[in-house]
Amino acid sequence: MSTDLLNPLLERPLALHPQVALRPEPFGALAYHYGNRRLVFLQHADLVAVARVLADHPSLAAALDACGIDRRRWPSFTKAVESLMKSEIIVER
Amino acid sequence: MSAETLTTQLKAGLDAPICLTWELTYACNLQCVHCLSSSGQRDPRELTTAEAKRVLDDLRDLQVFYINIGGGEPMVRRDFFELVEHSVGNGIGVKFSTNGAFIDAEKARRLASMDYLDIQISLDGVDAATNDAVRGVGSYDMAMRAMENLAAADFGPFKISVVVTRQNVPQLDRFKALADGFGAQLRVTRLRPSGRGVDSWDHLHPTNAQQREIYDWLMANGDNVLTGDSFFHLNALGDPLPGLNMCGAGRVVCLIDPIGDVYACPFVIHDEFLAGNVRDPGGFGHVWKHSELFRSLREPQSAGACASCGSFDACQGGCMAAKFFTGLPLDGPDPECVGGDGEVALAELAAVPVVLKPRPSQDHTKPERRLVVT
Repeated sequence: MSTDLLNPLLERPLALHPQVALRPEPFGALAYHYGNRRLVFLQHADLVAVARVLADHPSLAAALDACGIDRRRWPSFTKAVESLMKSEIIVER
Repeated sequence: MSAETLTTQLKAGLDAPICLTWELTYACNLQCVHCLSSSGQRDPRELTTAEAKRVLDDLRDLQVFYINIGGGEPMVRRDFFELVEHSVGNGIGVKFSTNGAFIDAEKARRLASMDYLDIQISLDGVDAATNDAVRGVGSYDMAMRAMENLAAADFGPFKISVVVTRQNVPQLDRFKALADGFGAQLRVTRLRPSGRGVDSWDHLHPTNAQQREIYDWLMANGDNVLTGDSFFHLNALGDPLPGLNMCGAGRVVCLIDPIGDVYACPFVIHDEFLAGNVRDPGGFGHVWKHSELFRSLREPQSAGACASCGSFDACQGGCMAAKFFTGLPLDGPDPECVGGDGEVALAELAAVPVVLKPRPSQDHTKPERRLVVT
């Protein structure tokens, strides 16, 4: 667990890609990237909340704290964010 | 949340479609023998420019990210560019399917200058003989010319869209090479017995042995090839193919036809799957959310005769449209069931003296060129 909390991704300033739109859905949200045309399912309301405020905070960790995400859940969030960065839904600022 | 839970949620329907097909016109310069909308002649009831723009405004309010425009040949409409620009201006990306007839050098440059626009050029054979047998004489040259014009205009990665048939299964590698040569992306989709396909499906649909060939090819190439998630009936052959493993009809997809009728999916243009019309009070949004048909499709569906088959979770019983237009019950096997149950069901049907198979509710085939496949 401690190694996960040292994940360097947590210190990075992130944001939704400017060409990404989020549509609220019962399971979380649909994210669509108008640039690369990828459609991605964000399958948890908390992940959607974090994604929406990323740009307002200096780091991913700060955004997670601001959304009140328990630190025990952070590893699953860094994993989800890593996958969203692969499809460029989330990018580094 | 697991993939299974997501599928369960999607089956219960979303507040707006993920993927909406809009056939802009029934008019077409071609008469493909498998045309799923039996296109040819323009319908005088076609939506006007103003009506079409109102639909696009509704779709913007519903946050539909993109639409698939088809036809007929959508570029036949004089307001084609006006509608595309209105859509993109509304934040709705456009993917449109065309036979390429109207993509000359100038139109290719105009298309290349637009954002959020994807083009699918239809091609059903890597040579004129294979393609033109299905799509009509001259259609291969037409598509190739359009692709050359798009490449010359630096359009970027357009798509080559192939309906997989018995005749072109052996050409899959060559389709891929053709697309790679243009820097294009290959899209392959499943043939349905819809529209004029009602009469040509027997002759065109892949054999059971070819289904395995298609599955193996998609497993090897699937990451770089688009499929519209249309081959999920093949999942009973092994590991699931990439994409959603479910029928999205009325749940996450639907069709708006040229006269504004809303059907459950592009392959079921029949009164039984008609949910309403965009001209009805409340417009498209009301049809999507409240039509009785769509609400019933979002209820849990019975597996029927497939309930005892160990592969049901993998193939989901296949495609509703394929069953409907071949005369099979909707809660039984797909006519192309890889376990062979569809063939048995079709043979039983053929043994009955008189079977009235459903016909599409709309037929816009040009009368002088009605095609019969023998």
